[in-house]
Amino acid sequence: MKKSLWASSAFVVLGLILIFMPLSGYEEGIVALLCINCIAAMGVSLLTGFTGIFSLGHAAYMALGAYTAAIMTVRYGVHWFPAIVAGGIIAVLIAWLIGMPTLRLTGDYYAIASIGLGEAIRLVLENWQSFTRGARGFPGIDSYTSRTVAVGFFTVLGIGMFNLIYSRLGRELKASRDDRVAASLMGFHTPSSRMKALLISAFYCGISGALLGGYMNFIQPSMFDMMKSTELTAVVVFGGLGSMSGTLLGSAIVTSVMEYFRDISQYRMLIYGCLLVVIMVLRPEGLLGSREIWSFIPIQTLRSVFRPMPRPDARPKERG
Amino acid sequence: MENSRVLLELDAMSMFFGGVQAVRNMSFTIMENELAGIIGPNGAGKTTVFNVISSVYSPTSGCIWFREQDITLLMAYQVNRLGIARTFQNLRLFGRSSALENVMTAMQNRYRYSFRETLRGHLSPSYRPDPAYHYSFVESLLHLGRWDGVEKHIRAKSMELLERVGLADRMFQAAGTLPYGMQRRLEIARALALDPKLLLLDEPAAGMNPEEVFALNDLITGIHREFKLTTLVIEHHMDVIMEICPHIICMNFGAKIAEGTPEEIQNDPEVLNAYLGGEEAENA
Repeated sequence: MKKSLWASSAFVVLGLILIFMPLSGYEEGIVALLCINCIAAMGVSLLTGFTGIFSLGHAAYMALGAYTAAIMTVRYGVHWFPAIVAGGIIAVLIAWLIGMPTLRLTGDYYAIASIGLGEAIRLVLENWQSFTRGARGFPGIDSYTSRTVAVGFFTVLGIGMFNLIYSRLGRELKASRDDRVAASLMGFHTPSSRMKALLISAFYCGISGALLGGYMNFIQPSMFDMMKSTELTAVVVFGGLGSMSGTLLGSAIVTSVMEYFRDISQYRMLIYGCLLVVIMVLRPEGLLGSREIWSFIPIQTLRSVFRPMPRPDARPKERG
Repeated sequence: MENSRVLLELDAMSMFFGGVQAVRNMSFTIMENELAGIIGPNGAGKTTVFNVISSVYSPTSGCIWFREQDITLLMAYQVNRLGIARTFQNLRLFGRSSALENVMTAMQNRYRYSFRETLRGHLSPSYRPDPAYHYSFVESLLHLGRWDGVEKHIRAKSMELLERVGLADRMFQAAGTLPYGMQRRLEIARALALDPKLLLLDEPAAGMNPEEVFALNDLITGIHREFKLTTLVIEHHMDVIMEICPHIICMNFGAKIAEGTPEEIQNDPEVLNAYLGGEEAENA
């Protein structure tokens, strides 16, 4: 339909601008980081905002993606592109194993379980010294995440995400978010709806983690701790639950604020905290609430402004 | 012969919650193309019967047969795919989605049954989505292939249904913000979107004023006739049931106390005793 075509072309235009905009090396880095954060945030948004499952362990899927891509490129000399995709796929496989027993839990119970699972994956990575080099981290990753690569992945995954939301799967997820009993009486098997959301979000987080590895050239388990997971969920709530464009906006704002105040190092967490508090007090439903950004465009007003003046002899077609 | 086939049969069904006997030894049959009603005072176990038929609960004992198939142990979504749709006494709409989206959500789940299954008159568990209402994951990811056509088809069909229940002008409003009576009608539209064989309406007139009840009666009988849909209505508004249902089952304290035509029910001494209380005082 028209709407999805608009969203896709907006993404393509945004991607082209980001790729061809003349920027300094530092700014290019920020653009790449923005795209990486947005990809992960989109994944979490699908799960939290559209399916109503709060997760506090999604950094673990980023870690899985990052380590998979790093080990494949450094140890086995695989090209970066299949390595990144493999990172996403490994995250999906692990998410499937984790989701099988835990997605019977809903609401707060899943959030608690996800903390444990996230920490468990991080601890495995930390202690499997022979394979992951443990807490010392994994150095020497090629810097394959150039601005073009990051923006390219962001554009493709972004279009995919918006397309998914505006299709049968999006409606299915929203149904099981809003009312589980009613959804199952509409013929949806709600545990498998939730599983689909988890797998897709794990894929996005895995890709994002793999890109992050290439961006930083170095990864270590402590980069993907509880703090990172909380940040992912916080960004989604900040942007508005059930609004994908809100998530992108929120992620962009948080990332740029954090970069802007890089000079004052640890004090920027103070600003990050204040930002979250201010938004939550002023707009408890998040930046955009559960609406998408184009629903804020006053189409009716624009139409009435740009409508050609009726000729004096023209009669209105409908009456009453 | 087509009209005299049994569609739904409850066989000595009981449902206990701990020590509470919500429904005791309930048996009745609903024929195809019937418009039947269940009445009874509050707390008689009417909604529990619906919850058991739609497999929200599985019964403590007894069997439920639907189109010659035992559905007692099936999950709610499977029962739904066999062709049972219902509405809820305390509305369960997808509140943040628009009215149109609510109907489309149900519409996308239409199922098609094979020729052999239709021939045998009952459905084996091999459901297939109706291709006219279905597209694959990849197609929804890329918005290519059948996506456009199917989505337009679903949307047009949903709009038709919304028009039928009189919500055409409110279709883009979030379902949770609609007035109460409209939410009830939206629930009916959403249930109809599933193209069910059996429609269960749980207190459709609850919280409505007399004019709305009058319009609702028209809607229910109209739908029953148009869609050739077997309908089972729960009400404790006597006037609704008595007016529209030729077949009435009366419950009290979790058990069936009477069954028959409105006249038989109205003259049944046990019903008068238990429910109407001598003077028809409950008529409001």
